[in-house]
Amino acid sequence: MSTDVIVIDDVSFSYGSIPVLDHISLEVPELEFLGIVGPNAGGKSTLLKIILGLLKPRQGKVQVLGTTPQQARRDLGYVPQYPAFARDFPVTVEQVVLMGRLGQGHILGGYSRRDREIARRVMEETEIGNLAQRRIDQLSGGQLQRTLVARALACEPKILLLDEPTANIDMRVENELFDLLKILNQHLTILVVSHDIAFISGYVHRVACLNRTLICHRTENIDGKVIQQLYDDDVRMVAHRH
Amino acid sequence: MGAFLEYGFLQTALTAGLLASIGCGVMGSYVVVKRIGYMAGGISHSVLAGMGAALFFGFSPMLGALIAALGAALIIGWIKLRWQAQEDTLIGAMWAIGMSIGVLFISRTPGYSTDLMSYLFGNILLVSTGQLWEMAALNVLVIGMVLAFYRQFLAVSFDEEFARLRGVPVNFFYLLFLCLVALTVVLLVQVVGLILVIALLTLPAAIAGHYIHTIGRMMILASLLGMLFTSFGIWLSYVLDMPTGAIIILVAGSCYILSAILRQWWLGRKAQGAKP
Repeated sequence: MSTDVIVIDDVSFSYGSIPVLDHISLEVPELEFLGIVGPNAGGKSTLLKIILGLLKPRQGKVQVLGTTPQQARRDLGYVPQYPAFARDFPVTVEQVVLMGRLGQGHILGGYSRRDREIARRVMEETEIGNLAQRRIDQLSGGQLQRTLVARALACEPKILLLDEPTANIDMRVENELFDLLKILNQHLTILVVSHDIAFISGYVHRVACLNRTLICHRTENIDGKVIQQLYDDDVRMVAHRH
Repeated sequence: MGAFLEYGFLQTALTAGLLASIGCGVMGSYVVVKRIGYMAGGISHSVLAGMGAALFFGFSPMLGALIAALGAALIIGWIKLRWQAQEDTLIGAMWAIGMSIGVLFISRTPGYSTDLMSYLFGNILLVSTGQLWEMAALNVLVIGMVLAFYRQFLAVSFDEEFARLRGVPVNFFYLLFLCLVALTVVLLVQVVGLILVIALLTLPAAIAGHYIHTIGRMMILASLLGMLFTSFGIWLSYVLDMPTGAIIILVAGSCYILSAILRQWWLGRKAQGAKP
């Protein structure tokens, strides 16, 4: 029997007076590959940030790895929606990946040998080992995305969270990335936010449809009707037959 | 060139220029990649409040500058973190308020006009040996901090959110970073005056950024360029008998424009070469 690594219980959130999440509940068992889909401004990124402890819910409880999001942070790997930084920042792939090692070991001085070994290993895993000394503004969209995944893996996380990882890359690269995630899923729980339900349902175990409220589907049950309901109708009025 | 061996004041000026160049290369690189030149400008101009007060109450202008620069850096940083206020308005206000306070103090001090000019545009030839030691101490402090927290500064300037997730105290490092910029500004005020500080802080680093692609090497090249510009500027201003600060900035500025044009031309050629 697997345990739940994320438990979200009746969580609501609003920016000012605009409600974004409305009584959300979700349990994510260990080693699940969960897709979170929904229209823009449906609250997907907000939900990720609540799991990461960057935002505090107005109501409800969140448990990550049996503790608070803030406490669990060190065991979470986060791949932000790209691009979340200046593309022309003078920094190499290796330096970016090493940032995943921050917050461990000494506060002062440089990275340890172990940090560098871990960075080297995750760069091999994500097939960017040969790009280590490349500057990030010389990378293709897919290479940059792999760099960000490698940075998250350098944290040695138990859960990997990705926010729209395929927003700026083409279809072929998208497939490669999800093939990589599928391999990583053998020892990691993965949550991936996407607007492309049709694409991710080929990879994930379950899809959580989020548009202020949240409804989960096993991927084998997803059909055109579900997708249409999610995007065309106000989800509160939809009668789901689960 | 013989004059540099002959006159002590020229040697002191040269040493001051070299010392200032180190701090300006290191912090200037951060200022350029983080694009906070305007913020550095705000901090440097509010320094006049401290220098004016020092003149009026009769304590060391460098101490006054130090207090004012750190104060301005902390106020700007704190307001930004606390209220997420519009940054450019906030900096503009600090900029003007600082200068106004300084002007009021200076106007109440007898015989102010020459001092005012040297605060605004610098007078490196008036730097004393004691000030050289103070400048060296500031340098050691800035470089020591940057070396000690190199990883954190890099992470916070590259991707603040990710740094926060890794448990890096982002707000603390942001304020510390602004304080180091303030210290560097005080270093540079000695050389080129507070109006010209932003130029010496950003131009060498910007030129280095044309050719160098990691921030560590950018710092080294920017420091070397700063040394070149200040030394050459001091010599030229001595030969031409013109204000040193202005000449240094003109040397740095022309090199920057030249480098930018060269780079465009080179990139254009490369793009053309890539075409079949």
